[in-house]
Amino acid sequence: MSLEIIPYTIEVREDTGVNNAKLGIWLFLTSEVMLFGALFSSYVFLRIGAASWPEGSSILNIPMATLNTAFLITSSITMVMSWLSLVEKNFSAYKKYMLVTILLGLAFLVVKYFEYSAKFEHHLYPSTNTFLGLYFLMTGLHVLHVIGGLIMNIYLLLPGAKMWQSYPERFTNRVETAGLYWHFVDLVWIFLFPILYLL
Amino acid sequence: MSSNHVDTKKHLKIYLTVYISLMILTGVTVFASYIPTTVGLGITLALIIASIKSSLVAGYFMHLIAEKKIIFWTLVLTAIFFIFLIFIPLMSVLDPIKY
Amino acid sequence: MSTEKHTTHELPFWRKYIFSTDHKIIGIQYGLTSLVFLFFGFCLVMLMRWQLAYPEQPIPFIGDWFGDSNAPGGIMLPEFYNQLGAMHGTIMVFLGIVPLAVGAFANYLVPLQVGAPDMAFPKLNMASYWVFFAGGVVMLASFFLPGGAASSGWTSYAPLAVVATVGQTYWLFGMFLIITSSLLGAINIIVTIIQLRAPGLTFFKLPFLVWAQLVTGFLLLLAFPPLEAAAFMQLMDRLAGTSFFIPSGLVVSGEILSNTGGGSPVLWQHLFWFLAHPEVYVLILPAIGIVTEIIAVNSRKPIWGYRTLVYSVLFLGFMSFAVWAHHMFMTGMGTTISTFFQTTTLIISVPSIVILTTLFITLWGGKIRFNTPMLFALAFLPMFGIGGLTGLPLGLNATDIALHDTYYVIGHFHYVVAPGTIFALFAGIYFWYPKITGRMMNDKLGKIHFFGSLVCMNGIFFPMLIVGLAGVSRRLWDGGQQYAHAQGVYHYNETMSIFAWVLALFQLIFIFNLFWSIWKGKKADDNPWQSTTLEWATPTPPPHGNFATPPVVYNGPYEYSVPGHSTDYLPQNKKV
Repeated sequence: MSLEIIPYTIEVREDTGVNNAKLGIWLFLTSEVMLFGALFSSYVFLRIGAASWPEGSSILNIPMATLNTAFLITSSITMVMSWLSLVEKNFSAYKKYMLVTILLGLAFLVVKYFEYSAKFEHHLYPSTNTFLGLYFLMTGLHVLHVIGGLIMNIYLLLPGAKMWQSYPERFTNRVETAGLYWHFVDLVWIFLFPILYLL
Repeated sequence: MSSNHVDTKKHLKIYLTVYISLMILTGVTVFASYIPTTVGLGITLALIIASIKSSLVAGYFMHLIAEKKIIFWTLVLTAIFFIFLIFIPLMSVLDPIKY
Repeated sequence: MSTEKHTTHELPFWRKYIFSTDHKIIGIQYGLTSLVFLFFGFCLVMLMRWQLAYPEQPIPFIGDWFGDSNAPGGIMLPEFYNQLGAMHGTIMVFLGIVPLAVGAFANYLVPLQVGAPDMAFPKLNMASYWVFFAGGVVMLASFFLPGGAASSGWTSYAPLAVVATVGQTYWLFGMFLIITSSLLGAINIIVTIIQLRAPGLTFFKLPFLVWAQLVTGFLLLLAFPPLEAAAFMQLMDRLAGTSFFIPSGLVVSGEILSNTGGGSPVLWQHLFWFLAHPEVYVLILPAIGIVTEIIAVNSRKPIWGYRTLVYSVLFLGFMSFAVWAHHMFMTGMGTTISTFFQTTTLIISVPSIVILTTLFITLWGGKIRFNTPMLFALAFLPMFGIGGLTGLPLGLNATDIALHDTYYVIGHFHYVVAPGTIFALFAGIYFWYPKITGRMMNDKLGKIHFFGSLVCMNGIFFPMLIVGLAGVSRRLWDGGQQYAHAQGVYHYNETMSIFAWVLALFQLIFIFNLFWSIWKGKKADDNPWQSTTLEWATPTPPPHGNFATPPVVYNGPYEYSVPGHSTDYLPQNKKV
């Protein structure tokens, strides 16, 4: 069951203008907004209440984070291009763009790995101070989201891509949905970067 | 945006413009952080740039600019609660009980 | 996926009843699991009530079961009492009522009432049940840990919870699972309501229960994530040594804690109540929805002010996000912000009163049938009324100073949730039972269950208000015996305890009725209550895919006693 009996799985419902998956992913993203919103709120709350607050740039590595920002932004445009290729029915271009997206995501994780290990080498742990606690918590949660997105993208590149043969339109929607999530992960980083590193 | 008759050329151009703007804004925000200003001004500037960048991502990559009413209003609702969540705890720090 | 089309009737047992994607099976799974949890949570409190009524006397018969670390010689230790209290709250709220009101009722009824073949995402639906189940298992498993289950109250206030035993870590993991499950469920419910409405079923033709579940879905979706964030932070405080919720220089058992400090315990309260106040409305809105359906059917009248009800519930849902700090008047917040929250709190009582009023006016001049579901629904109204009105002194910060953290608070919210929500849920079970099983529940046994529960519930919770007004604090292991100001009211503890145990006996009647009626109940036809809404237009029990032919809706949800019509009800899918 599912495809045959659940209406509006692929096609758009006339009065709402969306299909089920589109609405579903946006609802999921609203809950993500509230999740990260709570963390940002805690950040502001703790920072205002703190006796002293270290400058992020004095502890964290700005060039590395700038590089990571570039990786994520670039992966966002390749993600959207992979969807656009499917709309144009160009499956091989889709595969190329999706592969680049995944590689950029992996590059982000590699840079993050070096950042974390540099912190640990200097004996900077979450327990060192509240700023570092927040840094590890917020970036850690973001990294988990990146990993989740990567798993999804790898699935859509390899085993999931079979659906292109049977239900091309549904597959295109899936890639669009995955893209919305991936852009959101990018969007969170756009805020994390200045708040943690630059201020 | 699942219609097949998308003007892909036009899309491509928009995406590239957005991409380049995002990269430039990233550069600006990093550069600005090295200019010595007051903390308040620095935070304001960085948050303004971040908001512009996120609106670009949401508006164009996530197609929010042409999205349906139902999704738009869901996000407006979320934004309101987000503001509650950010500012109200803050007020309780700024307005402690006075003895 | 596509290959399953023709094989739905030959699914093996475990696919059909255990890992099912059918919303009705999942609804029943949610229902049975949460009823078990409700009874378990009730058992915990019955143990506590022994300690409160007869402090430091051995628990009779079963006292030896709890081991020397919890109850040496059958006498309950304070640590064990705290575990019971914390887990009673957690289990009742997160594993009992929410899964029953939302998981069970929304899953079973929403697709039927909107005329859909299933939920929008059936596999996600199955996942949300099993994640919830895992969360429940983690919570129960924590009782067997060294140091026992979480013991810092269902609110898990920091810094107490941060320095608590390992049970608290399990509590946090359990909450992660439960939150995930709720988020998945909420997305599913909202998408189903918005996307899968039958042709002709516009928003203002939706049964009110569907509206209530829609608002509830949004509350779960947007209020739970902040608690998830807070739980991550508490987990890091416990495991990674951070100090998000730990102030500088905290002394525990005579030693300064090694954490760096600089955090704020109040932050936990903000994030917790940001969830937990909307959560109160998650508990009550589905109940109001159920009661509305039952009152309309059994008074054979349209709901008076259907649109008023809808706008009230929308406003209620929205405002519930702006009142949370009325739980925190005593945390040292200034007068400006406490006035703000006092004002929003009193504003939010207005739509609640509007809802109660419309339901009372609906009864006026109706041909009321006093069957079991209707009795429970009718009792809900004054019980929820008492619960709501006793809340007003807590919302005003001047009176809250005296009443905060006393038994008055316990009495207040139990009136809302126990004889309020739980009565509505009982009403719902009695009412939709014939649709689920094809047989009616026994009405005589139902009435015994109802009157017994009504008397006992009030016998338990009304004295709590009195004890609280005398100033006795909640969460006291001996019920306040050691305090002079408690002496005049201390004897109420025994009364309350006896009523609690008698209440349990009446629930046994319900349990018996629930199972006995599956085989021996009076046979029911497809629409035994002569109701208008779409769930009664399906065969009984509804088959896989629900409707024989996809329904088309022509009428509003409460077309009862329509003038000039041959029957006194006009089903939603009947063209006039």
